[in-house]
Amino acid sequence: MRDVAIVSFAQHSQRREDSRNEIEILLPVIREALAPTGLKSQDMGFTVSGSTDYLAGQAFAFVSALDAVGPWPPISESHVEMDGAFALYEAWVRLQHGDIDTALVYCFGKSSPGDVARVLALQLEPYLLGPLWPDAVSLAALQARALIDSGKATEKDLARVVARSRRNALSNPFAQLKGDVDEAALLDEPLYADPFRKHDLPPVTDGAACIILAAGDKARELTDNPVWIKGIDHRIDLQAPGSRDLTISPSTTLAAQKAGVPKDPDIAELHAPFSSQELILIEALGLDESRTNINPSGGALAANAVMVAGLQRFGEAFNRIQAGAGKNAVVHATGGPCLQQNLVAVLEGSK
Amino acid sequence: MSDNITGIIAPIRLDYRYTPGTATSLFLRAMKEGRFEGRRCPSCSKVYFPPRGGCSMCGVEFAETVPLANTGTVATYTIVNVNFANRAVELPYVVGEVVFDGADVSTSLLIQGVPLDEVRQGMRVEAKWIPQDQWDYSLANISHVEALDEPDAPFESYRDAI
Repeated sequence: MRDVAIVSFAQHSQRREDSRNEIEILLPVIREALAPTGLKSQDMGFTVSGSTDYLAGQAFAFVSALDAVGPWPPISESHVEMDGAFALYEAWVRLQHGDIDTALVYCFGKSSPGDVARVLALQLEPYLLGPLWPDAVSLAALQARALIDSGKATEKDLARVVARSRRNALSNPFAQLKGDVDEAALLDEPLYADPFRKHDLPPVTDGAACIILAAGDKARELTDNPVWIKGIDHRIDLQAPGSRDLTISPSTTLAAQKAGVPKDPDIAELHAPFSSQELILIEALGLDESRTNINPSGGALAANAVMVAGLQRFGEAFNRIQAGAGKNAVVHATGGPCLQQNLVAVLEGSK
Repeated sequence: MSDNITGIIAPIRLDYRYTPGTATSLFLRAMKEGRFEGRRCPSCSKVYFPPRGGCSMCGVEFAETVPLANTGTVATYTIVNVNFANRAVELPYVVGEVVFDGADVSTSLLIQGVPLDEVRQGMRVEAKWIPQDQWDYSLANISHVEALDEPDAPFESYRDAI
């Protein structure tokens, strides 16, 4: 395997972009990611993006978004209808071919124009489940109910996850929801989608992110401290939520084994849009909360630009490792209802 | 088998509160006021009309608003023989890609008032607006373009828009 590293990251997210469209959100983010490398988008061996047109209801938004890259003369590019983390996986595979040394990965999601919980129902199996329009919040609530009924977690555990996210997000300028909140006070809040309270849900977020990957010596040339992708894998569970045990995430566990997740990594950035999902992921990854700093950014409960929040986990872990806040990290990204698809990667600093 | 199920109907409806973006909003406001406004790329100097978010070729934000003329050149065209989208226009009709004077990219518009066999590349045209009291934030303020009594524009003047 060829050594591939993250050499640069940029992001933007906020509650609602009232004036800018997706191209205009992306333009400064891509420019910011390229800046420290001294490279232009035209220098990239490969460009790949993750997004879905259904979020903003703008047909061919994924094509228009290339305007933000500057694709003239024509560039080699691709797109996945998934979170940018899965686009990063494609770039990693492309770099393994050995004929190119750099790749640009970007993603964007503008959820505010529509009803994102309903929009996400369109990703369900279209014959029997999709026509019932189960929204993403209701499906996740069914999963949380199953988790609590199994005896693996309590509502107090959910509140603990939320309180940690809010506290950690205090230092994240891109987080929407942050603060020093009391677990008991959270439990006093009314139920929203039983067993969820409003704070167990992610906020609606508009945003974009960009990562530059480079292989081997090229990565060392572009930054003093490349953050290496030591392992990466993604797996999928059964398509119908009713066909699987929603309280566990076998695909996460398998992806973690294949990616070679070490015991007690310093940092874990987990893409858990709902509080209960963080508990499932911690178990699936075999993490010890007393030894690993879980979601120091606040995670997706603090800011959840759909199609972006997974790649942001890579970026947040990259930033911390580069800043010396840890030597290694496990990064996770998810897609589909109730943690259906899961990607796990291991990042490690050079120093 | 005669009892095969060959299809189901699963209605889909999603509502959006669309935001056109900074550059397109400037264009739409100008349309409401009866003006054509393009946006210039600070890198390659191309003027986009209508503008989206940035220069499609250079990947940079627009820097400057450029007023455009109400006249332009047909870069290319097609004769439409099949109705679509319930367009209330008599068949056959001509859709042209019009490069307005001062712009570098073309806009799709109806060409009317010209016999089909006289429509050609390089033909000079003028935009015809719907009555002022109906102007909205829309390119639909232009009902169509009509031919001008001018010599054809040279191919070089619209080559890059094709």
